[in-house]
Amino acid sequence: MIELNGVCKTFKVAKRNAGFREAAKSLFKREYTLINALSDVSFKIGDGETVGYIGPNGAGKSSTIKVMCGVLVPDSGECVIDGLVPWRKRKEHVRRIGAVFGQRSQLWWDVPVIDSLELIRDIYSVGEAEYKRTLSELVELLDIKDIIKTPARQLSLGQRMRCEIAASLIHSPKTLFLDEPTIGLDAVSKLAVRKFIKSINKSRGTTVILTTHDMQDIEAITDRIILIGRGRILLDGPLYELKGKGSEGKTIVIEYSGGGLPEIEGLTAVEDSGSHAKIAVDTALISVSEAIAAISSSVEIIDLSVSGQTVEELVASLYREFRI
Amino acid sequence: MRLYFKYLRMLVRSQLEYRESFIMTLLGQFLVSFSAFLGIYFILMRFHTVRDYTFPEILICFSSVLASFSLAECFARGFDAFPRLIKSGSLDRILLRPRGVAFQVLTSNLELSRAGRLLQAIFMLIYAVPRCGVVWTADKIATLAVMIAGGVLVFTALFILYAGFSFFTIEGLEFMNLFTDGVREFGQYPLSIYGEGVLKLFTYVIPVALFQYYPFLYLVGRSDDKRLALLPILGAVFILPCSLFFRLGLRRYKSTGS
Repeated sequence: MIELNGVCKTFKVAKRNAGFREAAKSLFKREYTLINALSDVSFKIGDGETVGYIGPNGAGKSSTIKVMCGVLVPDSGECVIDGLVPWRKRKEHVRRIGAVFGQRSQLWWDVPVIDSLELIRDIYSVGEAEYKRTLSELVELLDIKDIIKTPARQLSLGQRMRCEIAASLIHSPKTLFLDEPTIGLDAVSKLAVRKFIKSINKSRGTTVILTTHDMQDIEAITDRIILIGRGRILLDGPLYELKGKGSEGKTIVIEYSGGGLPEIEGLTAVEDSGSHAKIAVDTALISVSEAIAAISSSVEIIDLSVSGQTVEELVASLYREFRI
Repeated sequence: MRLYFKYLRMLVRSQLEYRESFIMTLLGQFLVSFSAFLGIYFILMRFHTVRDYTFPEILICFSSVLASFSLAECFARGFDAFPRLIKSGSLDRILLRPRGVAFQVLTSNLELSRAGRLLQAIFMLIYAVPRCGVVWTADKIATLAVMIAGGVLVFTALFILYAGFSFFTIEGLEFMNLFTDGVREFGQYPLSIYGEGVLKLFTYVIPVALFQYYPFLYLVGRSDDKRLALLPILGAVFILPCSLFFRLGLRRYKSTGS
């Protein structure tokens, strides 16, 4: 159970204009600007939930994650995770959480991955039997059997990320924080990582909190979205609800020959070249099947595809809506 | 403690991955301190004594300081390289592990190649010990050991202090080298030769004289006061305010997150 209540955090950032004179001046007198990284952030996350924490760069995602990990102390507000305030009981708290930062490695660079995993086992004092069980499970699910004897620096990004995830789960944490876990990965690795996260959530009931810019991650892994912008929570709800909100329009793309497109209320030709057309369907006025029937009765359809608004477009429209 | 050795094993294995680089640095370290040794040697060839201190006596002094410094640099390297730990964000990872922060910083880095300096120190000791006119009774040997051990702790304290400063500013930390590398260089000679002011500074502000000059006086028989041999222990207490300062910095780090 994660509870944040009115968490605020302000950073003081030194500002300085360009140029040597300004640089010299800043040695003696500095001007600061205050940045509200988090203002009044509140949410509750229950055990076993999968939450996508999204927002544009600089919105306060990382700051919130840092607060929840106990690395950052907020100016005001409460944060209680499973009965503990993260920064007050750091050691107890971090035993129960795992964290993967896509951009930073936690493996020892020059030694085989398995050595890192063993040291992590000792750091968290995981028992030998439990370690063996967890390890064999992770190795199989993440398919890293052949690579754990390789030094981390020689691994590809996708291989390394799978090892990073294994490393953060050795101590069987209750909550897993993932900060852009699929950044820079190829399609195959992305799919593998997503599948794994989903399965660990199902089998162990691990709470997963994920920040990402990849909306397919969100679709594949999370059930709930929290949207943050300029340090404020703008939206919080189940993914399907959000999707319902956005998908009032569908788009039909057709290749056709002969005749002209029908002119019916609810159908708008966004593009039409005479043989290829993109038609927006307002599903409040006309259903997709009715639209297709109407189109096929007036033209010869060669090829057809229907698409709803993608999560990507949805989020982009949300960003626009909230002007963040 | 067992965990400490596991960390060490890991670091040693990491370093041995780059064998050539390791050997070259080792050699380099050795040569650098060897040139310092030659410096003293040539001065003493010409003047025979510096302020009454003979060549082997000065060597004892120099080698004990060098041994302390290289041991501290080898094992407390994590604090010395601490600004990098902040910049790279590794400190956040440290905060995510259920172990003490100081412990993890200590085990974040190990600089085995500093053994080159240690080797040099040992050579000088081997040369100087039979020649400095000290009758090596048990308490004299203990004095030397306490001097070196105390020195390791004072240098470690200085590295911790340095790390503490890097919480507040990343730039302009060079001045701290005045204390670490500076002390090592000053420490070549008994501190009294630099005059009263310097000696006072290194007694009351940074307790270098407590593990160098005063016990050294007892060691070479210039004083009979056995209490002098215990002063390095007092000097080691210096690690407490330095650790406190480090903690203060850490608290600030956690509230600024940068």
